[in-house]
Amino acid sequence: MKMEFDIASGDFKKAGRASSQIKKVLKQLQVDPKIIKRIVVAIYEAEVNIVAHSFGGKLTALINGNSIEVTLTDCGPGIKDVEQAMQEGFSTASKEVRDMGFGAGMGLPNIRKNTDEMNVTSEWGVGTTVWFRNQF
Amino acid sequence: METGEKYHAIKVDTEKCMGCTHCMKTCPTEAIRIREGVANINPDRCVDCGNCLRVCPVDAFYMDHDALDQLQNYKYRVALFSSVMIGQFPEAYSEGSIYEALLKLGFTHIFEVEQPIQLLIDSIREQVDAAESKPLISSFCPAIVRLIRYRYPSLIDNLVLVNAPHDLAAAYALQLLTKEGARREEIGIFYISPCSAKMAAVKRPLGEKESIVDGLINMNDLYSQIMKVISKKEEQDTSCCRDQLTHDGIVWSLPRGEARHFKRKSMAVDGIHNVVKILERMENDDIPELDFLELKSCHQGCAGGILLTGNRFLTVERLQKRAKRYPVTKDCPITNCNVQDLKDKLKINPIQPDYVFALDSDRMKALEKLQKVERILCQLPGIDCAACGAPNCHALAEDMVQGKAKMSDCIFLQNRYLNENKITLARATKNLEKAWGKNRFDADCNKRGGRNEGF
Repeated sequence: MKMEFDIASGDFKKAGRASSQIKKVLKQLQVDPKIIKRIVVAIYEAEVNIVAHSFGGKLTALINGNSIEVTLTDCGPGIKDVEQAMQEGFSTASKEVRDMGFGAGMGLPNIRKNTDEMNVTSEWGVGTTVWFRNQF
Repeated sequence: METGEKYHAIKVDTEKCMGCTHCMKTCPTEAIRIREGVANINPDRCVDCGNCLRVCPVDAFYMDHDALDQLQNYKYRVALFSSVMIGQFPEAYSEGSIYEALLKLGFTHIFEVEQPIQLLIDSIREQVDAAESKPLISSFCPAIVRLIRYRYPSLIDNLVLVNAPHDLAAAYALQLLTKEGARREEIGIFYISPCSAKMAAVKRPLGEKESIVDGLINMNDLYSQIMKVISKKEEQDTSCCRDQLTHDGIVWSLPRGEARHFKRKSMAVDGIHNVVKILERMENDDIPELDFLELKSCHQGCAGGILLTGNRFLTVERLQKRAKRYPVTKDCPITNCNVQDLKDKLKINPIQPDYVFALDSDRMKALEKLQKVERILCQLPGIDCAACGAPNCHALAEDMVQGKAKMSDCIFLQNRYLNENKITLARATKNLEKAWGKNRFDADCNKRGGRNEGF
């Protein structure tokens, strides 16, 4: 099944909506709680990334009997150096965002830690696509 | 672990229940449906939190409990209760006079369950220190433990594996009485419960072993009984019954009563709907770094227990004042009993998750059902009116895919089907009767429904 969510830029109050909905679905499918936890943490990180860093974007989750595949696409600004962004502690977050408790530079590394497969493609000035998959 | 139907404290008096939607709408696990005009509790989902009792406009929910005449069956009659019981009484009555009233009512021994609290604190601290994944979550409130087992299975390993104060106190009381020469069958331990969740927990403790409590008394009932015999003048000195009681013990069941032992690396949340929000965040790894998380189902902790008579804020206030008159725990170690034996009694086996919200144990079938739910939802009006007998449109759709409801149970769809001549008026009426009972269309002055607070 397919689940889609629009994620608005700067709307921290709503960050977490997609992960909550997906979490509920995975529980109804009786996926192993430990696996759910990993996926949910990854999705939540990715959601916050779009809220904090992008001009807004979209999340699509595809769930079948033995895996979940999540694609997040935003409409810019893009990541200048993806390799650098994948390093723990690297952050371009503004002071306001950091003051809210986000932007510690753990987002992308944390997604990688909690997923089986992950891929980031980005073009500066165009946008970023984060894709990941976890097996149940 | 659990055999047959789960034990539940909360029951519905079908004579009193007039069939409204208040309980169903407030239930944190969507465990209630209305069938044939009365509330029906799904025992697999109910966590015994008691929110249904709070909102019921006609007091249709009740709990099985024992009457005081049960005391006659025992030579040694022990009253076990949490300190919040004392906190309910107006200042005019001293704790001594409350104890005296309990003796007048026929009890021979009185124990506030928080007496051996230091043992509990030590055990929790040991577990917190050894824990790999923090914060540890308090297992004090039985409604919360059940909620986590059903709705937050990924957090189950964070629960502190320790018995509740009443289990510990019951073991302590038994030990002291046995030392006095009493035989087990002569001892009647009566637990005076502040809430439905504790009642269920006492009847069927975690790990499902036999309960050591011989009788359950409703704190509400006992309050009324005490008020009949209590006197403002103290004649007897009962302070020896309280020589183990401490400041830490008295405030244990209040908000931050447990968490305060972990200082700033702790957080306390009360009210089950607030607890749900925190557990959701904890699943996202989105809470600050903490050692200990105290979660209590009732607002103001056990002072807000549904079986208390007194106002919760006044109870908290009185208990805090009372606690100041007692020493903190560390100055007052337990000396008169076998501490090791009590420590062994504290331990419980790991708690197992219970996947009551899974749509099907077969994942492919569950996935199909989920997609069906999504399709059904497009047909439903989404106003969550509950006129179908389910708490909201989503719950109705889930009932449908489980074969427990049908499309025409929705009154909006019913109307559409009538207009399209797909069903007859007789059929539609029958559908409504299925949820709301046969005479629901008749005038009846007793069925006025409730209103919001303050109206």
